[in-house]
Amino acid sequence: MSEKPSVVVGMSGGVDSSVAAALLVSQGYQVTGIMLRLWSQPCMEESNRCCTPEAMAQARRIAAMLGIPFYALDVQERFRNTVVESFIQGYSNGMTPNPCLVCNRQIRWGFMLDQALALGADYLATGHYARIEYSDDGKVRLIRASDPNKDQSYVLSGLSQEQLRHSMFPLGGMKKSDVRELARQFSLPVAERADSQDLCFLAGGDYREFLLRYAVKEMKPGKIITREGKILGEHQGLAAYTIGQRKGLGIAAPEPFYVLEKNLAENTLVIGFKDELGQSTLKTGVVNWISGNAPETDIRVQVKIRYRADLAWGILHSTPDGCSVVDFDRPLRDITAGQQAVFYDGDQVLGGGIIQP
Amino acid sequence: MSNLNPMIYFDYAATTPVDPRVMQEMLPYFTEKFGNPSSVHGHGQIAEAALDNARTKVANLLGVRSEEILFTGCGTESDNLAIRGAGMGQRRSRNAYHILVSPVEHHAVLHTAKQLEEYYGFDVELLPVDQFGRVDPQDVKASLRPNTALVSVIYANNEIGTINPIHQIGEVCREAGVLFHSDAVQAAAHLPMDASSANVDLLAIGAHKFYGPKGVGALFVRRGVEVIPTQTGGNQEYNLRAGTQNIPYIVGMAKALEFAQTEYITWQERLSALRDRLIERVLEEIPQSRLTGHPIERLPNHASFVFKGIDGNQLLMMLDAAGFACSSGSACKVGNPKPSDVLEAIGISPIWNKGSLRITLGHSTVPEHIDRLMEVLPATIEQLRKISVG
Repeated sequence: MSEKPSVVVGMSGGVDSSVAAALLVSQGYQVTGIMLRLWSQPCMEESNRCCTPEAMAQARRIAAMLGIPFYALDVQERFRNTVVESFIQGYSNGMTPNPCLVCNRQIRWGFMLDQALALGADYLATGHYARIEYSDDGKVRLIRASDPNKDQSYVLSGLSQEQLRHSMFPLGGMKKSDVRELARQFSLPVAERADSQDLCFLAGGDYREFLLRYAVKEMKPGKIITREGKILGEHQGLAAYTIGQRKGLGIAAPEPFYVLEKNLAENTLVIGFKDELGQSTLKTGVVNWISGNAPETDIRVQVKIRYRADLAWGILHSTPDGCSVVDFDRPLRDITAGQQAVFYDGDQVLGGGIIQP
Repeated sequence: MSNLNPMIYFDYAATTPVDPRVMQEMLPYFTEKFGNPSSVHGHGQIAEAALDNARTKVANLLGVRSEEILFTGCGTESDNLAIRGAGMGQRRSRNAYHILVSPVEHHAVLHTAKQLEEYYGFDVELLPVDQFGRVDPQDVKASLRPNTALVSVIYANNEIGTINPIHQIGEVCREAGVLFHSDAVQAAAHLPMDASSANVDLLAIGAHKFYGPKGVGALFVRRGVEVIPTQTGGNQEYNLRAGTQNIPYIVGMAKALEFAQTEYITWQERLSALRDRLIERVLEEIPQSRLTGHPIERLPNHASFVFKGIDGNQLLMMLDAAGFACSSGSACKVGNPKPSDVLEAIGISPIWNKGSLRITLGHSTVPEHIDRLMEVLPATIEQLRKISVG
C-alpha cells in the first residue's frame, strides 16, 4: 500500500480537472474522481455549460483511462436551494450576486468535501488556478495562481481554514499552455472548449433570460430616469441591469449612458454619463478572513471588486461587527452590490466579503 | 482505493460471471465450428445441429416444445418481442388493445407498453400491487376487459426480489382467454421454471443472470400465439426474429440454463440462509432501516432495503470504496437520485425511497462476506446521515 494520501478530485470532464487528476495519479496519490450533477434545465441540457451527459461521459472516460474509481453524485436539489435560490434572491434585492462563491463554499467545499472525507480521503483537489501555502504557525494561506490571467483565487475567497486545509490545487503553479501540454503528454482526450465566464446554469442564454424564466415577479418593467428625475425610457425589470452597464439601455443619445443606480423602492433605473459613475468607498458584509482573524488595525490592501477586475489600492478598516469599509486611493467605477470584494496582500488572499448597497 | 481492489461481489442480480464450463462449451463455436446455421454445406449443418440441440435443451428445461423457443439478443429483447409482437398480434386478430401490466415490471416491459400507448394507440393500465409489490390474481381478474390483449406480470422483481403468484395469475388469464406474459429474467436463475404448468403464454429469460454470457436471451411463445415480428429479414427463428443466430452464445445459454435448473437451484437453501442472516442483522443493527419486498416470497439470493434520509448513490460509492460491489436496485449511474418506479409503486415515501440498497448473493458468497459487510454498513449509513444533515 502506498504511503501517499488519498485525494478526491472534483472532475468536470474539462481539461483543467482532467489534468489535475492525471497529475495526482502520476505523483502516486490514491485518486478518486467525483463529478457533481448540479443543474439541468428541462429541455436545455444540450446548452447547459456544466454537467451535460457528454461532460459526464468524458469525465468517466478520463477516470477509466487513469484507472481511478469515478462516481457521479446528484446535488440538484441542494444546488437549487442554495446557489440558484440566493442568485434569484440577490437579484430581487437589487444586487448582482456571484453564485460561484456560494457554490464553492456550500456545494464543492461543503457537500463534496464532506463526501470526500467520508470516503476516507485526506484532500479534495480541483482544477482551480490558485495556490495553497502553509505558514510556520500551521495556518493555511490562499495564494494567487502564478499565472495572473488564470488566477481563480477570487472565487475561493469564501473558504475557511478547515476547508483549505483539505484542499489541493495541482494547477496553481501552471500556465494554461502548460496544462494543455500536460493534457497532450497524458494523452487525455480533452475537447477544447472556449473559456467562458457564463454561469454554469444559464444554459446558453444570459442571466436576464434566466431571471425571466425563474423569477418573473422580480422582472417588473419601470421607468428609466436621470438623477434629475427626467424620464428617458422604460426598463425590463431592475434585475436585468447592473451598475456601470452601458449596453442594452435602448436609449439613443450623443454620449453613452451608464447605469448609476437601481432604486428598488421606486422601481426606477437611474442612468447618467460616465463621469457620474464612480465611488471611492465600499462597505462589505461580514468578511471571511482566510486566517480566521480580522486585522486589528487599518491595513493597506489591494482589492478586487469583481472576478475580472483589476486590483485597486485602498485602506481597509475592519468594523467590530465583522464587516469592513474600504477607502480607495482613486474612485472606482462599477462597484456593484452583491459582488465579492476580495482583499489581497501581494499574492496572498486575506479574505473577502459581499459588497453592500 | 483502486477499481482493482479485491472486491466482494454482491450484485448477482445485475450480472454473473460466466461459468467456466459454459465458456468451454462455447469456445469451439467461435473458431472451428463457426458456420452459419442457414448454410447448406457442412459448416452450416454443424452450426444448425448445435442450434437445434440448444433449442431442445432449453425447451426441455422449461417443460415446453422446442418449436416454442425463440432465441433473442437478451432478456430485454425477449420482453420487447413479447409485449410488442403479441400486442400487435392481438390487435390485428381481434382488435384488442388493452394491456394490463404490473407497476413493478422491469423497464423492458414497462417502457415497451408505454410506447405502445403513446405511439400506437394501445390502452395501458397498471395493476394494483400490495406493499410487497405482489399482484393479486383476483385484481387481475377484476381488471380484465373484453378487449384486453395481454397481461404482463414479472415473475420475480429485480429491485425488491418479490415473487409473484404466476401460476394463479396465469390461471385467471387462461380462463378468460387472455394472453399472459411473464418476465422471468431474474427468476430463471433461482426458481424451477415450468412454463407449461405456469399457465404462461410468453416467458422471457436472459443468460447472463444465470452464469451464461451477456447478449443472448430466449422467449417462450406458446404454440398458436400470434407474434408479429419486430425485427424482419431472413426466416430465422420461425420467421419471428430475423438475423443470423449467435451460435456460441446460444450454446452457452443452453448449457448455463441446464446448470441453473439442475445445479444452481440446489444452492437455494444455502443462499436463502445467508440472505436471512443478512436481513436479520441489517434490520437489527441499523436504525431506521426497512426491508423492501416480500419477507418470504422473495428470491433466495435477494435482500433489498431502504434507509431513511440517505442517498442510495452516495451509499454505493462508500461501499465501493470499502470494497463491496452493491446496487441500489435500479441502474442509475448518472447519479440521479430519482426514486425508483417500483419503490414508489409499493408506497415507500420520499424520505425513505432514495436510500435504497440491493444486496444479491451468488456462487462465491460465503458467510464471512456478510460479516464483513456488516462491519462497514451500519457506520457508513450513520456517517451519511450525519453529513446529509449539514
